[in-house]
Amino acid sequence: MDRFTVFAPRLVEKAEYFTSGHRACQGCAEALAVRLVMKALGRNTIVAMATGCMEIISSPLPTTAWNVPWIHVAFENASAVISGCEAGMKVLMRKGKVPEKKINFVAMGGDGATADIGMGQLSGALERGHDMIYVCFDNEAYMNTGIQRSSSTPYGASTTTSPAGKVSIGQRTQKKNLPQIAVAHNIPYVATACPSFPFDLMEKVKKAANIKGPAYVHILSVCPTGWRIPTSDSIRYGRLAVDTGVFPLYEVVDGKYRMTYEPQKLRPVGDYLKGQGRFRHLKDKDIEEIQRRVNQEYEKIISKCGGM
Amino acid sequence: MGVRKGIEVSLAISEAVAQCNVDLIAAYPITPQTHIVEHLSEIVANGELDAEFVPVESEHSAMSVCCGSAAVGARTFTSTSSQGLALMSEIFIIASAMRLPVVMALANRSLSSPLSIWNDHTDTMLVRDAGWIQVFIENGQEAYDHMPWAFRVAEDPDVLLPVAVNIDGFILTHMIEPVEYIEDSVIKKYLPEFKYPIALHPDNPLSMGCFAMPELYTEAQKARDNAVVNSYSTIVKAWKEWEQLTGRSYHPIETYRADDADYCIVTMGSYGETAMEVVDMLREEGEKVGAVKIRLWRPFPFDDFYKAVLGKNHLVVIDRAISFGGPGGPVASELRSALYSKQGAPKVINYVAGLAGRDVSRHDFKNILLDAKEKVQRGEMEGYTLYGLRG
Ligand SMILES: Cc1ncc(C[n+]2csc(CCOP(=O)(O)OP(=O)(O)O)c2C)c(N)n1
Ligand code: SF4
Ligand SMILES: [Mg+2]
Repeated sequence: MDRFTVFAPRLVEKAEYFTSGHRACQGCAEALAVRLVMKALGRNTIVAMATGCMEIISSPLPTTAWNVPWIHVAFENASAVISGCEAGMKVLMRKGKVPEKKINFVAMGGDGATADIGMGQLSGALERGHDMIYVCFDNEAYMNTGIQRSSSTPYGASTTTSPAGKVSIGQRTQKKNLPQIAVAHNIPYVATACPSFPFDLMEKVKKAANIKGPAYVHILSVCPTGWRIPTSDSIRYGRLAVDTGVFPLYEVVDGKYRMTYEPQKLRPVGDYLKGQGRFRHLKDKDIEEIQRRVNQEYEKIISKCGGM
Repeated sequence: MGVRKGIEVSLAISEAVAQCNVDLIAAYPITPQTHIVEHLSEIVANGELDAEFVPVESEHSAMSVCCGSAAVGARTFTSTSSQGLALMSEIFIIASAMRLPVVMALANRSLSSPLSIWNDHTDTMLVRDAGWIQVFIENGQEAYDHMPWAFRVAEDPDVLLPVAVNIDGFILTHMIEPVEYIEDSVIKKYLPEFKYPIALHPDNPLSMGCFAMPELYTEAQKARDNAVVNSYSTIVKAWKEWEQLTGRSYHPIETYRADDADYCIVTMGSYGETAMEVVDMLREEGEKVGAVKIRLWRPFPFDDFYKAVLGKNHLVVIDRAISFGGPGGPVASELRSALYSKQGAPKVINYVAGLAGRDVSRHDFKNILLDAKEKVQRGEMEGYTLYGLRG
């Protein structure tokens, strides 16, 4: 029953814990990802969220989009805040001050919150072994503050602080590999996901919730505003990211890798890059270079999954 | 009554915190705070206290963990100093805004640079306006007493604010002093179980730490200011009850032989004890001097302060921090501002002394008083003097 099949849509929780009426842009796949994560987690969840798009769009006083207990403290510290919630609740239950109950302790942050400013705090929380899930919503830039680069912005993308120019290709560095950093902490569960593959995403979040100890889920979340694509194309670009091998979907359970979705044949990365305003300036030779790099990284993941 | 022990003040603080049956401690080592958290982790490791000790990777995380812990309704303690406080200051400020009743023992130490581990008040002045309840204590007994008091005040449903107890680093933290321990049963009576009315729990989903547009931000700040100002009555009540249980009394502003004094030395923290000794010494010599000690720094007890000083002629205010390019030490600046519109307000003569642990003895206090008198005679009472500056 753990695996979603053709009947999957019928099994999806009907209730919404991240409700409509929030202020995300049209076509925001990050908001969709949050909604799916919450459907998978259900009611018995406490969320600590980092500053960023999802926090701002969901909590303007005096309204809230959240139907679960939710706390936002600052930009970099969602993992430490949820550590405190988890450890605090654990001792309250142990002392009989709060009745025993299984609660999912979930930290959520953008790629900036996770890969950059909150990296140390995430590492600390994973290392301490809290029974928590950290979900990174990776839209590949600081969108909330106006599309600035992060260390998770891919090579060649033009952002407002890595603009393409006469002497610059845009982002000059390669995307930081956060899932691999999480794996290096030897935690029981790490997965990548994308809301264009909703059942795969929800299955992974459920697994993360059912595993004891820290889990890390990295979700590629298409942002039409920052990627400069039509708002109707968010799902399509998520699919393309996976089908080109730019963003492979896999999970790592107790150190064992498994591909959860493998395209029959990878599409050329050009299919993914073309049409995105942030990559518009790239020349054929740049795309070739990106293709070479994608192939190389994809091979690495395939070999970790034991060939195939 | 409880037993008297000769004990290092840091350890007495830890043991008082343990007696408060704290649920969670999150802290990161920094001198001179370390002995407090080391001893607490030892107490937890020995099973003498059922609590979570979260060994975080930075002070920023320490305060963040404390926020999460208090938000689910756990009794929460941390301790830091200097650079640690500076690093966590972002979250320190948010903790009070979100009404999270964390208790902190703040072992006061100077800020870099030059790097220095020694005592002054530059660290705590950094967070003066952070919306925490802030008190200063003078000796080991007061440090011990103020742990149950701090939880009692912070967690009171009428307050729900974090409390920082300022303890001079080394001068107090590392001294071995006689401390009277209060029995667990007495502390239990004094400190009711923490029941956080807005605790995060799936049975009661609420959103905490939302963002506000300009239409609401001002009102949120006003509510916060009200909370800090209104905490005064609980603070005083909690001291009164402690006095009933232990016989030791505490007040927002305390005076010593000040009634007929022409000059009053004003201090915060451990200098209060030196000030009293100097007052005794100078009274023997026929000088009309007294001491005024500020125990409660936030909310600032204006009325108590006026009651203590209006009608006096001169206040010699000893600051332990500089405001670079500013009007004087932070304490003197506040007192001058508080007195400005008062009829017959005393003159304030300001000295910044004892930065980064430079010793200020009774002899130095006497020098300061003599110097202040000369300044008054010359009519030079503005600004401040950096006492003991070499070369
Ligand atoms: C300490 C601190 N530095 C900077 C900011 C400004 N800031 C708020 S959100 C944000 C970017 C968020 O980016 P990301 O984490 O990727 O989330 P997104 O908005 O893209 O979903 C920045 C730079 C802040 N709030 N706090
Ligand atoms: S900027 Fe991007 S991530 Fe942010 S709300 Fe809009 S579409 Fe979503
Ligand atoms: Mg982002």
